[in-house]
Amino acid sequence: MEDKLSQNKVLEEVTGSDYKYGFVSDIENDAAPVGLNEDTIRLISAKKEEPEWLLEFRLKAYRHWLKLEEPDWALIHHPPINYQDIIYYSAPKKKKELASLDEVDPELLDTFNKLGIPLEEQKVLAGVAVDAVIDSVSVKTTFKDTLSKHGIIFSSFSDAVKDHPNLVKKYLASVVPYTDNYFAALNSAVFSDGSFVYIPKGVRCPIELSTYFRINAANTGQFERTLIVADDDAYVSYLEGCTAPMRDENQLHAAIVEIVVMNNAEVKYSTVQNWYPGDKEGRGGIYNFVTKRAACKGVNSKVSWTQVETGSAITWKYPSCVLMGDNSVGEFYSVAVTNNHQQADTGTKMIHLGKNTKSTIISKGISAGKSNNSYRGLVRVSKKADGARNYSQCDSLLLGDKCGAHTFPYIQTANDSAIVEHEATTSKISDEQLFYCQQRGIETEKAIGLIVNGYAKEVLNKLPMEFAVEAQKLLAITLEGSVG
Amino acid sequence: MLLNIKNLHVAINGKEILKGFNLQVNKGEIHAIMGPNGTGKSTLAAAITGREGYEITEGEIIYKGQVINDWTPDKRANEGVFLSFQYPVEIPGVSMTNFMRTALNAKRQYQGLPQMKAGEFLKLMEQKKKLVEITAKLTNRSVNEGFSGGEKKKNEIFQMAMLEPTLAILDETDSGLDIDALKVVAKGVNELKSDENAFVVITHYQRLLDYIVPDFVHVMYGGRIVKSGGKGLALELEEQGYEWVKEQFGEE
Ligand SMILES: Nc1ncnc2c1ncn2[C@@H]1O[C@H](COP(=O)(O)OP(=O)(O)OP(=O)(O)O)[C@@H](O)[C@H]1O
Ligand SMILES: [Mg+2]
Repeated sequence: MEDKLSQNKVLEEVTGSDYKYGFVSDIENDAAPVGLNEDTIRLISAKKEEPEWLLEFRLKAYRHWLKLEEPDWALIHHPPINYQDIIYYSAPKKKKELASLDEVDPELLDTFNKLGIPLEEQKVLAGVAVDAVIDSVSVKTTFKDTLSKHGIIFSSFSDAVKDHPNLVKKYLASVVPYTDNYFAALNSAVFSDGSFVYIPKGVRCPIELSTYFRINAANTGQFERTLIVADDDAYVSYLEGCTAPMRDENQLHAAIVEIVVMNNAEVKYSTVQNWYPGDKEGRGGIYNFVTKRAACKGVNSKVSWTQVETGSAITWKYPSCVLMGDNSVGEFYSVAVTNNHQQADTGTKMIHLGKNTKSTIISKGISAGKSNNSYRGLVRVSKKADGARNYSQCDSLLLGDKCGAHTFPYIQTANDSAIVEHEATTSKISDEQLFYCQQRGIETEKAIGLIVNGYAKEVLNKLPMEFAVEAQKLLAITLEGSVG
Repeated sequence: MLLNIKNLHVAINGKEILKGFNLQVNKGEIHAIMGPNGTGKSTLAAAITGREGYEITEGEIIYKGQVINDWTPDKRANEGVFLSFQYPVEIPGVSMTNFMRTALNAKRQYQGLPQMKAGEFLKLMEQKKKLVEITAKLTNRSVNEGFSGGEKKKNEIFQMAMLEPTLAILDETDSGLDIDALKVVAKGVNELKSDENAFVVITHYQRLLDYIVPDFVHVMYGGRIVKSGGKGLALELEEQGYEWVKEQFGEE
């Protein structure tokens, strides 16, 4: 018993680390009054100089949302959210067209530097195009020119509404309708900005596209919306990163990501989610309620979701694939780490509609402290999906004995030819492994980082190189103060 | 003196396993420890390396002149204490290369040296791999994952060669090895052996001691050393077994 007790003590120490993105930037804001009603929505729409149809869409979503109740089926607990206490629109001031970095508010640049965002041209040369969304507004999209040579559209959602209204109108809510769920309805009513990507027929996007989201202002919610369309034979790899300042109150983040994939096209969507998780006692932190879905419309189309979830007080998110086209492929690779009082209920939905559709789910949950980590996944094979295949592997790793890991696999098959395999394991980080590392001179925290990264390797390997390195560090940092 | 263990009592979960253990090891020496199963040999190794749960209730472990009872395992390791495990553990997803590099750099950091450059590190790996005759196939895999029993033991010696310890404890490194592998392990030890380091070799078989020639052989029984002698003692044990020990010192 003795060694168990002290093991837990070290676990607690390692998982008791600090959040390094918790600074607040002193950027002047232009914000809507607190609270939500039709006027708020009209104000947002007006600020963004939106066309009438978009305002109508927002209002319909809002009216629908009023009729809904917050879902309660996930394994998460939180005090009721007061939706009238939230500011739904906040933008850094001084917003005019910015031609070069010199014109960007220095505070803002400083924020980006602290975040390690490669906004500078040299980093851009390294092959990353960046769209950065602070609070509600997209601040700077780099690399636009290079991309436009290939006919690729990569812009803030607001700009896309202005510059490519037909494309936006065609695809907006085509994958996630506002009626989809409570948070999707809310987002559809008040979404502020986000990214829009269109890859034309036959184009392989030559660089990784990436967006960094940051909540800065107090009391604000962030409701961004991302829409990615890969036309026939197109390919794109898209990265999403997010951070937020440390604040005592909880902040709401309810985003939507929609992906449309046509014939023979492929989209890779990678997320490193590091919203502020709250402090060791569970005060503050982001409530992260996100709807992400891809429609594999074309034959041989393919979508891979890779996510590394280390942040947020609550994560509620199920990046999904609707496999409509024959031979289409959906993949979900996830590492979700929870520590202290964090709660994560995350997983995926693979909906097999087309023939010979294939899906793979690899989920690695890591729980430490007093946190709760659930995998929730649905694999559905419809009647017409002859030859559908799914392979799911859901592993949970526990650090300490005050945390929880849960697996909720739902399998629904209406076609006898379907092959659905599900494997699940739960393990503890063993003191044998830890001691082995220590005996080789590696101190406890580093050893935990090493073992956990090894455990998550299968998923981390799916990330683009520079993101993988970042993610590895994040895993180690998130678990600092947690094992022994 | 490199290692001086004085009247060591160690308990696991309140049960005393080591009961007044004494041992003195000087630089340049090889000590063999033999003794029946369950007598506390691995417990001794764990206590010297500072494993959690092995509570020292009495006595001292003095290493390089300092009492190390309270040192963390990694500090002991970085001060040159190495254990070749009786049962090496698997660490899935962590490549041997990455593991070794982390370990080596941890030691360098402890010594205030800069991190080893990638090229230099790989060269060192190549050199040591040859020494213990292990192939790239093994170092490219995850730590001990899917290694055969013999490969795991060779891998321990490989790590020892990489880290160049001052005090190496080999806990039944010879068990489960075929004769060729045994020679490889012995070669590793003999090439590393110098006037500046020492080895404590735990074994059940005199066979190993033909290749790694000990200066002292100790018979351990009931949590302490009951008899010490030269290499001849090992031969005696092999011929007579432990019956005489049990007769003389009673059932454990
Ligand atoms: N975690 C533990 N809890 C309780 N008893 C333990 C524990 N570990 C070891 N022991 C006991 O301590 C005693 C000594 O074990 P140890 O492994 O040191 O023996 P050994 O001499 O190395 O044996 P062998 O030759 O079989 O390797 C044994 O009786 C064993 O059962
Ligand atoms: Mg033993």
